[in-house]
Amino acid sequence: MGKLALPTIQITGGRIIDPAQGLDHVGDLWISRGRILPTGGVNEEAEVVIDARGKIVCPGLIDLHVHLREPGNEEDETIATGAASALAGGVTSVACMPNTIPPIDTQAAAEFVVLQGQRARQANVYPVGAVSKGRKGEELAALGQLVAGGAVAFTDDGAPVANAGLMRRALEYSKMFDLVIMQHCQVPELTVGGVMNEGFESMRLGLGGMPAAAEDIMVARDIRLAEITGGRLHIQHISTARSVELVREGKARGIKVTAEACPHHFSLTDECLRTFDSNFKMNPPLRTAADVEAVIEGLKDGTIEILATDHAPHAREKKMRELDQAPFGIVGLETLIPITVKTLIEPGHLTWPEVIRKLTINPAELLRIPKGTLRPGADADVTVIDASTTWTIDPTQFRSKSRNTPYAGWEVRGRAHTVIVGGEVRYTLGGIVREGVAPAAG
Amino acid sequence: MLGLEELSREEILAILDTAESFAEISNRSRKKVPALQGRIVFNLFFENSTRTRTSFSLAAKRLSADTQDFTASVSSLSKGETFIDTAKNIEAMGADVMVVRHPTPGAPHLLSQHVSSSIINAGDGAHEHPTQGLLDLMTIRKAKGRIEGLTVGLVGDIAHSRVARSNIWGLLKLGAKVILCGPPTLVPKAMERLGCEVAYRLEDVLPRCDVVNVLRIQFERQQGGMFPSVGEYSQFYMMNQERVRMAKPDLLLLAPGPINRGVELTPEVADGPHSAILDQVKNGLAVRMAVLYLLSGKLDARSPAAE
Repeated sequence: MGKLALPTIQITGGRIIDPAQGLDHVGDLWISRGRILPTGGVNEEAEVVIDARGKIVCPGLIDLHVHLREPGNEEDETIATGAASALAGGVTSVACMPNTIPPIDTQAAAEFVVLQGQRARQANVYPVGAVSKGRKGEELAALGQLVAGGAVAFTDDGAPVANAGLMRRALEYSKMFDLVIMQHCQVPELTVGGVMNEGFESMRLGLGGMPAAAEDIMVARDIRLAEITGGRLHIQHISTARSVELVREGKARGIKVTAEACPHHFSLTDECLRTFDSNFKMNPPLRTAADVEAVIEGLKDGTIEILATDHAPHAREKKMRELDQAPFGIVGLETLIPITVKTLIEPGHLTWPEVIRKLTINPAELLRIPKGTLRPGADADVTVIDASTTWTIDPTQFRSKSRNTPYAGWEVRGRAHTVIVGGEVRYTLGGIVREGVAPAAG
Repeated sequence: MLGLEELSREEILAILDTAESFAEISNRSRKKVPALQGRIVFNLFFENSTRTRTSFSLAAKRLSADTQDFTASVSSLSKGETFIDTAKNIEAMGADVMVVRHPTPGAPHLLSQHVSSSIINAGDGAHEHPTQGLLDLMTIRKAKGRIEGLTVGLVGDIAHSRVARSNIWGLLKLGAKVILCGPPTLVPKAMERLGCEVAYRLEDVLPRCDVVNVLRIQFERQQGGMFPSVGEYSQFYMMNQERVRMAKPDLLLLAPGPINRGVELTPEVADGPHSAILDQVKNGLAVRMAVLYLLSGKLDARSPAAE
């Protein structure tokens, strides 16, 4: 379908929240030919009407930290299934990590991701390029060529850039593109054999631990490197109290450092591992209640300006292995909204506009992508959220190819109702959208 | 039967009392009772073991069960079959009880969610070794007449020891004071939160101990470099005559084995008057018979005839 064939859409009566414009009011949103229209819409009848009364209408959510597993591990996820999973979670744009097989460390590899994303025609898919060739942490990857191929940031995620010299060069060199270096902060020597957070629980269970200090030390090192280079540093999946403090201190000193937090790191603790369930095995690991509190505090005071999922799908047969052999990570996209509602909004830590800011304009600005707002003329990526609907998380209903979630059976509130990408309705829940007719409420 | 952490004080005492009654069977000329006749006990060992496997096999045989050993190195695991699939196949062959040893903490717990046979944890990584904990409790109780009020020192590689964890839960539940002693790299300070005392100098601890349980260095479970050398470890922590003399005259010395003579304890001490090492082995048989017997009651309760 070309742009000219895209319908005129009227989203009526929703609570329109667009932090980029400071908007929070009830009204109608009009879309035509793939673009957001000025308030008041057009002088024509809408071809599609979406009844958003009682719902939130916001810019399409952006998740800058997902693993789509293609190429190499298509049994876990493909770009198409991952992008479909994104839509089911209300996410219209994803930035996917380069730890595929082979890794995304060349222009051709980045272009492959872009092409597969376009073919899938689900959420927008942006590749994140590797920092180092082969993600080996030895030599810089061809960052400029990756940019030419569509990369919007760089990381060796899945593993840290352990070599301080290489990290320094990456932060310096990436300045010519004004793109961010994302870092999985962890001193590898301190986490060898680790399965979970090191502390009382790991001692009790006899499981290998990964100390919080392994993250803290790398965060401290990289903030200092960002300071001396002037490069842009982004701390991925921050999980410890001290790391949050370090980012806060770094920001106060004017260093270009940003951070993201994942729902599992502010909703679960290492005590969950007492079940020996591999769905609680993450990297960085689930930490203590004090760390969870610090991450939430960091989200509240703006130290952590981005929410991301670290969507890490793994086929059932892999997660069914013994705990030390099962891979790290969980499916995240489809539980992003309800877990955020349950742990941040319902307890009163953050408001809806604050959450939406961390999921729209903030990640868009970090990645330098033209997304994350409902400004007239902007790409019509829109998420309609039914914030009041209650449901039970059932992994068998996931659109992701994988089912690994620690939230199965949770009674939750809030989920994506309608998702529009580029002016096209690509996901609906609770009703088929018919031209000119509003879907049934709910 | 996955760990002593899950058992109550009363349940632990019930097993110990049952074990006492089974200990007598070993002294008979005909060492067999029909309690588990017609039942199949599978030993699933995914990690090397001689003592524990033999002890479980013998315990099952004395209860008249059919026993079958399964060893991972000669199994389909080497062809890529998963641990759970292997267990499901064994269950399909009629296993009533699976005695599981595995190098990963929680592996028996994982299995218990996928099979309906009774699972006995025979050691899961560095997590628990409940029957070893029970046999240590039984040995202490027989020798000292009580457990409550005693001070028990666990010496050595606590961090990587499943025996330590089962001992700690059992001893604390039965009212003993537990002192953990070893180099700081092998004794996590966090263990104080369980209610134990943590100490690094054996000489400071010995005079207060009624019982010392000398644990083996778990070389196979370490990343290496936890202490400079075996020689240096022995210098600080090996139980020798000199150290025995620092302790109370009626010190009871335990060692779960396999013992490393000349590393954790000297041969004179291992074979000396304080040592209860062979009593532990004997009591192990009685404890395992008790556990199998008590589980057989549950098996009977869920058998079709009982419905």
